[in-house]
Amino acid sequence: MTIIKIEDLVFEYRRDDESPPVKAIGGVNIDIEEGSFTAVIGRNGSGKSTLAKNINALLLPSGGAVYVDGFRTSDEGALWEVRRRAGMVFQNPDNQIVSAIIEDDVAFGPENIGVESDEIRRRVTDALRSVDMYEERKKSPHMLSGGQKQRVAIAGVIAMRPKCIIFDEPTAMLDPGGRREVMDILLRLHRDGITIVLITHFMDEAVKADRIVIMDEGEVVLDGSPAEIFSRPDRIRALHLDVPLAVDLCDRLRRRGYDVPPGIVGIEEMVAYLCR
Amino acid sequence: MSIKVKDLVHVYGEKSPYETPALDKVSFEIADGEFIGLIGHTGSGKSTLVQHLNGLLKPKSGQVFIGDAEISAKGAKLTDIRRKIGLLFQYPEYQLFEETVYKDIAFGPANLGLSKDDTDDRVRESMSTVGLDFDTFAQRSPFELSGGQKRKAVIAGVIAMRPEVLILDEPTAGLDPKSQRDMLDMLLNIKESRRVTVILISHNMDDVVRIADRIIVLEKGRVALDGPPAEVFAHEEFLTSIGLGLPLAAEFMRELRIRGVDIEGGALTADEAEESLSRYLKAKENVR
Amino acid sequence: MIRDITIGQYYPGETWVHRLDPRLKITVTLIFIVALFFVRDFLGYVIAIAALGGVIAISRVPLGFILRGLKAIFIIIVFTFALNMFLTAGTPLIKIGFFTVTREGLYGAVFMALRLVLLIIGSSLLTLTTKPIKLTDGIESLLGPLRVIGVPAHELAMMMTIALRFIPTLLEETDKIMKAQMARGADFESGSILRRAKNLIPILVPLFISAFRIAQDLAMAMEARCYRGGEGRTKLHVLKFESRDAAATLLTALFVLLILFERVYSDEIRAFLAL
Repeated sequence: MTIIKIEDLVFEYRRDDESPPVKAIGGVNIDIEEGSFTAVIGRNGSGKSTLAKNINALLLPSGGAVYVDGFRTSDEGALWEVRRRAGMVFQNPDNQIVSAIIEDDVAFGPENIGVESDEIRRRVTDALRSVDMYEERKKSPHMLSGGQKQRVAIAGVIAMRPKCIIFDEPTAMLDPGGRREVMDILLRLHRDGITIVLITHFMDEAVKADRIVIMDEGEVVLDGSPAEIFSRPDRIRALHLDVPLAVDLCDRLRRRGYDVPPGIVGIEEMVAYLCR
Repeated sequence: MSIKVKDLVHVYGEKSPYETPALDKVSFEIADGEFIGLIGHTGSGKSTLVQHLNGLLKPKSGQVFIGDAEISAKGAKLTDIRRKIGLLFQYPEYQLFEETVYKDIAFGPANLGLSKDDTDDRVRESMSTVGLDFDTFAQRSPFELSGGQKRKAVIAGVIAMRPEVLILDEPTAGLDPKSQRDMLDMLLNIKESRRVTVILISHNMDDVVRIADRIIVLEKGRVALDGPPAEVFAHEEFLTSIGLGLPLAAEFMRELRIRGVDIEGGALTADEAEESLSRYLKAKENVR
Repeated sequence: MIRDITIGQYYPGETWVHRLDPRLKITVTLIFIVALFFVRDFLGYVIAIAALGGVIAISRVPLGFILRGLKAIFIIIVFTFALNMFLTAGTPLIKIGFFTVTREGLYGAVFMALRLVLLIIGSSLLTLTTKPIKLTDGIESLLGPLRVIGVPAHELAMMMTIALRFIPTLLEETDKIMKAQMARGADFESGSILRRAKNLIPILVPLFISAFRIAQDLAMAMEARCYRGGEGRTKLHVLKFESRDAAATLLTALFVLLILFERVYSDEIRAFLAL
């Protein structure tokens, strides 16, 4: 079943009143299946972040339409239905935590949608446990590491019980440990059946998705499984993007004359090839 | 310029309920012209340490020498030290404030009291070092630049002081892969063209491997490891356990070994991994 | 540097005083302050000091920590003291130059200074034992009824919440910017006032930009989490009036009665004690 439907999406903005509109997204069509994990990659200014903000109605389309679980984002009456179904985690861990106490912050979303206080308590506990931050619930955010702050932000979204979560470069400002923490939780949420859309610069994160969408200049230029996407490394490099290390190494080995089979994008496939 | 740190101790929020030790008897020496990679997870004390190197923070005890001068001493001339040490903080874009890129880069030299002509020379020179075209960018507002360009402008502002030591805290963080590569190329360029001691703080182990001659690992305010990259990254388990990663290639080869592929260790870069894999495959073919 | 300042001045604890309903604590503090103005002589202060001392003892906040808070207003206390001491007419005690210290003056000075000190300790005890966030909840709840006359109770509370959350962030940001500019040779410590004011531009411009960026990010994050003002909003912490709050209310009533009794019958009490 399709949970997010992006139909001929166009998004334009103006720097100021006099300047002509700039097209950030120019006609994008993407259908996202319920329970899937989609990574969106592309260089800075490719429109991927704008796309993310269109999914939960933080930005509204200039043309075309976006549907979340059947609700149209531009339909004013559906705004809150859209946002409670599609949660969002942002890049900067500091600027998305509202309260000076962690459990209060996690409660912020449920409070906004009018959940009863006993139920809020239950959800806050569950959400904090699921990101392993329950012990820290009384602490203040500025005492946490970047990775922990991001986990709190994720808990704040989980507590609203969304069907999908859009991650907008959640690991860009974290150290390697923090990146691992956040990716582990993201994968766990995916296993639990939540639809994941991950905007990222890191190819080793993108290869973990079921599907990769590459954007450039506001359009979708490639769309497919990691194996399909990385079958042509040259094309990826031409888009100023990196390829995953496994892909790069196989490419190098092929050039040296080894007969490496196609479709190796991650460690598991590499092991299978080396041990055949 | 050489740097010597001896038994450096620093404590935040001393005598308050929030007291936290930040540095605990840190000692090391850095020779003139060395290129150091300083790594450690967030909160390990890296930023605190480098702020001692130009006197922005005062140690609780211990000493810091820059060249022959002890800057941790009472009454040390910090202004003289600061002009010799260029310090670039994390996400430095925020420090831009002038109307034009030119004026912003000239802020440092102006503080040094240089003449207009000298300042102009320095602005032009540092813009070319970081790869910002003078005619295109000098008169633009720094706030109109892209993320990567802003960062280059800030670095130009630091280089314009002609520091003898350059300390960079996460210069590639938050940039897209293309801008990251540009930034690293620029650092390599600086490394080759100037006689300057560089300390690079980074979470990106590949960056560190690519440009550092020596790596210092901080953990809980102490120096945990100190040596050439190959030696430091041989401590795979330890580095992973303290929340640091390995270079992608090393991590990949480690994963292969964990999954039962009998391949040699030690590769830190894609080139080295390629060699190892090639040797492995060749050996396998010969067996057949 | 700036990071060393402890903000909010909350002293962590789980005592009876800490756990009281914040609405009650705010009200009691206000009552205490008003009661101080009803005190007519030192005997009244004995009652106030005893009450305050009792609360401090139960709250387990070290006296030193509380007194440190007085340092900031030390000058005001000294000033009040001096003003009262020198400018009250009456029986002369000592003469210092132009000034004459009178009996009444000295009495008044001690009296006023004591009132000021008690007032400050009393109100700082509120912030010391109440988490800022609970204080916010309390204020929102107390102001709630005033919504009918147009007081934006929820908005005020939300502003306080966000301010509390971002004060440490902005302090850190200021620290970072100052250090970054100092590393580029900026000097904030010397020069004339005009020069120094001008030197602040490299800090203020980036600080404003950064504050706006935070505001923008946060507004977006709040919206993404369905924030739409106070309408239809529920709360995790529902403030409940519990038995300890009832006990505290009784104690407060007792305190008020004692203060009033002492004020009305002070002459009789004094006569009685003189026996």
